[in-house]
Amino acid sequence: MRIICPVKRVPDTAADKSIDQDTLTLDRDASDPVLNANDEWSIEEAMRIKERDGAEVIVLCVGPENAQTTIRKALSYGLDGAIQVADPAIAGSDAKAIARVLAAALAEEDFDLVLMGNQSSDARTMLVPAMLAEYLGLPALTYAKRLQLADGSATVDRETPSGHQTVTAPLPAIVSVVEAINEPRYPSFKGIMAAKKKPLETRDLAALGVDAGEVGLANSSTQVLEITPRPPKEAGDKIEDDGSGVVGAKALVEFLAAQKLI
Amino acid sequence: MSPILVFVDHDHGTPKKVSNQIITAARQRGGGEVHVLLMGEGAGAGAAQAGAHGATTAYVWEAGEVAEYATEPAVAGLVAALEASGATTVLYPADPFMSDVVGRAAVRTDGGVVTDVVDLTLDGTEMVGTKPIFGGAMISRCKVRGGRPAFYGVAANAFAAEESGGGPPEVVPLEVDLDDTATRTRVVEVVEQSAGGRPEMTEAGVIVAGGRGLGDAEGFRLVEQLADVLDGAVGASRAATDAGWYPHQHQIGQTGKTVAPQLYIGAGISGAIQHRAGMQTAQTIVAINKDADAPLFAIADFGVVGDLHKILPPLIEELAARKG
Ligand SMILES: Cc1cc2nc3c(=O)[nH]c(=O)nc-3n(C[C@H](O)[C@H](O)[C@@H](O)COP(=O)(O)OP(=O)(O)OC[C@H]3O[C@@H](n4cnc5c(N)ncnc54)[C@H](O)[C@@H]3O)c2cc1C
Ligand SMILES: Cc1cc2nc3c(=O)[nH]c(=O)nc-3n(C[C@H](O)[C@H](O)[C@H](O)COP(=O)(O)OP(=O)(O)OC[C@H]3O[C@@H](n4cnc5c(N)ncnc54)[C@H](O)[C@@H]3O)c2cc1C
Repeated sequence: MRIICPVKRVPDTAADKSIDQDTLTLDRDASDPVLNANDEWSIEEAMRIKERDGAEVIVLCVGPENAQTTIRKALSYGLDGAIQVADPAIAGSDAKAIARVLAAALAEEDFDLVLMGNQSSDARTMLVPAMLAEYLGLPALTYAKRLQLADGSATVDRETPSGHQTVTAPLPAIVSVVEAINEPRYPSFKGIMAAKKKPLETRDLAALGVDAGEVGLANSSTQVLEITPRPPKEAGDKIEDDGSGVVGAKALVEFLAAQKLI
Repeated sequence: MSPILVFVDHDHGTPKKVSNQIITAARQRGGGEVHVLLMGEGAGAGAAQAGAHGATTAYVWEAGEVAEYATEPAVAGLVAALEASGATTVLYPADPFMSDVVGRAAVRTDGGVVTDVVDLTLDGTEMVGTKPIFGGAMISRCKVRGGRPAFYGVAANAFAAEESGGGPPEVVPLEVDLDDTATRTRVVEVVEQSAGGRPEMTEAGVIVAGGRGLGDAEGFRLVEQLADVLDGAVGASRAATDAGWYPHQHQIGQTGKTVAPQLYIGAGISGAIQHRAGMQTAQTIVAINKDADAPLFAIADFGVVGDLHKILPPLIEELAARKG
């Protein structure tokens, strides 16, 4: 079994965001970037499969040179190796262009399963798993809160607004996972040390046979025209309850009525 | 002006509120005709309501293959409707299921997708979407580059649904070719948790969310009661879903759902940045917390400092009395 985990390098949610007003893209070096939290669940799930059934697990990251810190972080959980796709032409790519690059990298690999997060914390488009599946002509099992592998197929419990559905598809397949799937471990000291020595291969667009004219800021299918900060919200009235609960409840009802919300 | 195609989400032929909102927006902002796509068993019954909100043509595919959450047949239907209507712009309700459908459709048609749009404007003949980014800290205006199929995911409650006074649309049965890849993913079982008749979080105009301050799973009964008198949905913080007090699909925030209801009430939720990333674009925010310094108060339009176990029961009682 060979599993590939695409991972994204994202700015810390808690950090201030800064926009490069010339390119209208996120200044990704303005704050310390982190491994997208959702990708820790896919890594954990891959590790559990590896420990149970045996598997080789490879990280795949589309990101600039300095994304290597994020890749090493991913490797520190105990994975076997990494592929990084870095090329200046990729900068500013939209979801479809990123999926195109990921698909080209995956097309060069043998794999049974692509395990990824359902979304990343910066753009949160939730588009990449489905787009990737379409480029590769593979089934996608998305929003999995449980994954089972048997007899050449993957079966997941897919989270829906009102419960879940059990969905199955033959391997190879793309699976995206939600937080409820597991509790990620912490990397061990041994894992962190070992991650430094794990093989990391880098590829550029030429190596993958992707035309630079299909990706990047100028060639993406979407275009950002303007980004403006939203004026910070002013805190409204705050009232103190007297311990009875009635004072607080009354004030809130009056507020809701005044706002025509009831 | 080519028509705009609206993907109608429906419950056994009854269009969801968000679909009426999007048809209205397409009519008022699009500058052309509005066509709709209705797929799945019994879908055709939704045509009249779509017409009442302004659709002139309804493409209907009453296919059993388009069971709930069966992505690939839905992709084939969407691509077929796009071709049949001659539309270049598709508006759809932004939700996780549709991100799968539209993600595949955009690759298949070489289109582009702009997600979570809260406003639409016409620039010449091109649609431009306005979307909040980074949890609402910034606003961006984006479009799909000209000449490609353009898919815009529209957030629930971004627009008000208004009837157009129009009659029923022309109904066109849709021809869809399915190859075997469309059915390789199979839904084996459907498990519904009782939602207590509450609206889905992404559709609801009101969300009452509970956090660690509720103390235990039992505390969520109070949150449910409050949601019910307000006809709202129930949300939760990660602390509450992690503790197993409420199912994960109700989690709001960075690793949960993004919601933008007219009214959000957070009870016993501190308002950590990761939680706020999922709800701070709510139109009106109310916080109930015993800690006067809880960060949620900083973005709340109204705050009540006090013990939620004392405040919620009389609140529910008073609202129920007013409702009659
Ligand atoms: C604020 C903001 C808004 C944006 N809005 C849009 C938009 O509306 N439409 C659009 O087309 N693009 C948009 N983009 C661009 C988009 O973020 C990136 O092109 C792309 O990397 C996809 O990221 P995502 O967060 O949408 O991925 P998602 O689809 O939310 O992420 C799902 C999973 O895909 C994998 N993944 C994502 N990116 C990578 C990567 N670079 N390397 C490896 N694995 C990866 C991860 O496993 C991740 O868990 C936006 C970007 C920003 C910063
Ligand atoms: C990568 C990452 C992703 C995350 N994603 C999410 C996410 O998607 N969603 C999310 O919510 N969090 C998320 N978190 C967690 C987040 O950081 C907070 O830990 C979490 O939101 C806290 O939940 P809480 O407010 O319910 O609990 P707490 O922070 O413990 O707050 C409980 C509040 O209840 C109040 N309280 C206690 N008793 C009472 C009472 N009787 N009456 C009134 N008030 C009372 C307290 O004063 C306190 O303010 C994420 C964290 C990380 C690191």
